[in-house]
Amino acid sequence: MEKFGFAILKERHIDYDANDKSIAEYIADREPTFRLCIECGCCSATCTTGTFTRFSLRELQIYLKRGENEYVRENIRKCMLCGKCILVCPRGVNTRNVITLAKQELQKTEKNAV
Amino acid sequence: MQFDPFVIPFNIGLYFILLYAVARSVMWFNELSRSNKLRLQRGFFGRAFGHSLKEIFLESLIHRKILKANFKLGFMHMSLAFGWFLLILFGTIEADFFGAIHLNAPYKAIFFKFFNPEHGRSGFEAVYSFWMDLILAFILSGLLLAIIKRFSSKVVGMKKTTKLRILDKVALTSLWLIFPSRLIAESFTSGAYGTGSFLTGSLGSMLASFLPASELAYPFWWLYSLSLGVFFILLPLTRYMHIPTELFLIFARNSGIRTGDQPGAYKEMQIYSCSSCGICIDACQLNFSAGITNIQAAYLLKGLRNHENVYDIAYNCLMCGRCDQKCPVGIELTPIRMISRRAGETIQRKTNIWEKYFSDIQHVAPIKTNGDLSYSWLPKEKPVKTELLYFAGCMTHLTPAIKNSMVKILEASGIKYNFMDADGGACCGRPLMLAGQDKEARELINFNSELIWKSGAKTLVTSCPICYKVFSESYYLNVEVLHHTQFIKMLIEQDKLKLNFTRRKVTYHTPCDLGRGSGIYDEPKEVLSHVALLQKTAFDDENSLCCGGSLGNIKINNQVRNSIARDAAAELTQCNPDILATSCPLCKKTFAAATDTRVADIAEIVAEAIVSPPVKEIKPGLSLRRRKPVKIL
Repeated sequence: MEKFGFAILKERHIDYDANDKSIAEYIADREPTFRLCIECGCCSATCTTGTFTRFSLRELQIYLKRGENEYVRENIRKCMLCGKCILVCPRGVNTRNVITLAKQELQKTEKNAV
Repeated sequence: MQFDPFVIPFNIGLYFILLYAVARSVMWFNELSRSNKLRLQRGFFGRAFGHSLKEIFLESLIHRKILKANFKLGFMHMSLAFGWFLLILFGTIEADFFGAIHLNAPYKAIFFKFFNPEHGRSGFEAVYSFWMDLILAFILSGLLLAIIKRFSSKVVGMKKTTKLRILDKVALTSLWLIFPSRLIAESFTSGAYGTGSFLTGSLGSMLASFLPASELAYPFWWLYSLSLGVFFILLPLTRYMHIPTELFLIFARNSGIRTGDQPGAYKEMQIYSCSSCGICIDACQLNFSAGITNIQAAYLLKGLRNHENVYDIAYNCLMCGRCDQKCPVGIELTPIRMISRRAGETIQRKTNIWEKYFSDIQHVAPIKTNGDLSYSWLPKEKPVKTELLYFAGCMTHLTPAIKNSMVKILEASGIKYNFMDADGGACCGRPLMLAGQDKEARELINFNSELIWKSGAKTLVTSCPICYKVFSESYYLNVEVLHHTQFIKMLIEQDKLKLNFTRRKVTYHTPCDLGRGSGIYDEPKEVLSHVALLQKTAFDDENSLCCGGSLGNIKINNQVRNSIARDAAAELTQCNPDILATSCPLCKKTFAAATDTRVADIAEIVAEAIVSPPVKEIKPGLSLRRRKPVKIL
């Protein structure tokens, strides 16, 4: 790559070998609607937390599926579970359960305590 | 001394269960908090004692509530409980009155016929035997119903009956054997001696005509005693523990003890008071609209009794409180479920026999967190000083019609107010509580409380029953919390709102958190009947349905929610109303997708009925001519 004068920016780099997709699988097993998400962003548009912070459930779901859990761990607790995202979701993703399951799985390891 | 070895199993069982009941009561009493102990002591010497005796008679013996809800099921419970009680009572009197000596051992009364086979030949004795036979027939009729119910629950008007464990089945068999074996044993003895009344006498003489009655009687007396003994010994391990526990529970409840949000002895008592009658299963919408039949309160309590992991059961519930309202024992099912939610996932405990008899009180360990605050990013807003605060709530922001109507009503009434979350505020905290995250919820509660405190408001009006419930229950506020239906009713009474009567037919859906959750049934209906023709439905007030959109359940998917919403909406629109009214933004949103009838919040209906303000009188001399058009180019 270097020969051609190209480089991959660090922030654009998805390292699938290092990423841990176990949490996404754990969620998808228990909440099958997690797979239905089309990342349209309706949840982020209506989000109560989103009016105050950069918090975005869409972003979170993408990171979860990608297996970059560190970002999820830092941000997931901002959710207030108010449930507006469920009502606007065009695909019927049970978002509250997705968040609860993700929190739960992250909490299971002491290191990752949310 | 009259004695026979066959009474030994019964004696062992009886003395065991009496000692056990005393030991368990002492254990539970010790576990109660100090204030609850005092309540119980005060109740014992106060009026509560009389109330409890009355309630024990009406509920534990007659089963009045079950009779009201379902006559056949009630009769089944009554004949077994009240009949058995009568049999013991009159059996004891019989043994005391006709026996050789007064104050006999209990077994003399239970096996009176065996020790006094000649009794009941004539005169008063015969009348008494007739009475005893009548009681036995009463019990047996209930037992027949119970056996039929076990195989076909529809016969007694139940859609579903509870599933049993092996131990329950053994105890159930021994319970079923008690009365038939008594009947046959008494019949054989009567047949051999030519005594007995219409039931035992005639059955006895019939059996004696072709069977050696005097020899066959003895094994059946053994069977009677054995089934009693086995039943008593197994009782603490099975659902029949509800028989002694319910007495203790009724007494504790009448003394003023409530579940609250803490696990402890009272919660434990309630868990053991459940008879698994299955009324909660029939009341549950997840059962009759969605076909989910393994998560109802009876199963939650059963899981808790057996130290199982009840995580999935606890969270798969709409928290609508229908079962709470219907429970004939009066167990506070929703608070118990909330406590179980907070426990999170638990490991199923294997318990040995000793632990089964004396299982410890289940405590809820707090979920481990790293101790950081979750919502420290919430902005520090400078509150506006005001008398009246309006808090729309998250869901109301998603149904702007309600918000706008409320603003219109507030403007029309001319009251000064401040729209607390006009640009979207923090959540009220109840959704987090429903998800078992009390610590996080407390952060939001503190944040909102601070805003409300600093605003110096006297009244807080909210449009969302979910917010209303948490504001009035879990916030420590010095303000009057009103739901907007209460507030509108107040405005109408104070003549601050002039309303037209719209001739539209309306049915009202009581939201769960407002009705059963907070006890507000009348105000919304009064407001509605002020502006429209309110029609009755089959599901009014305490019996109201859940819309299915409940935030209480985080397990079910959209299809299940929709089927519940469709069923509920169909029931509520049976009389073809123009509007299906509700007072909850979440109910509105859920119903709107499930019915063709217009769904509207009470605030919207009222806002539409506001008498439009009179046109300002035009002052003479003021020209009405239009201004010259502004030239653009």
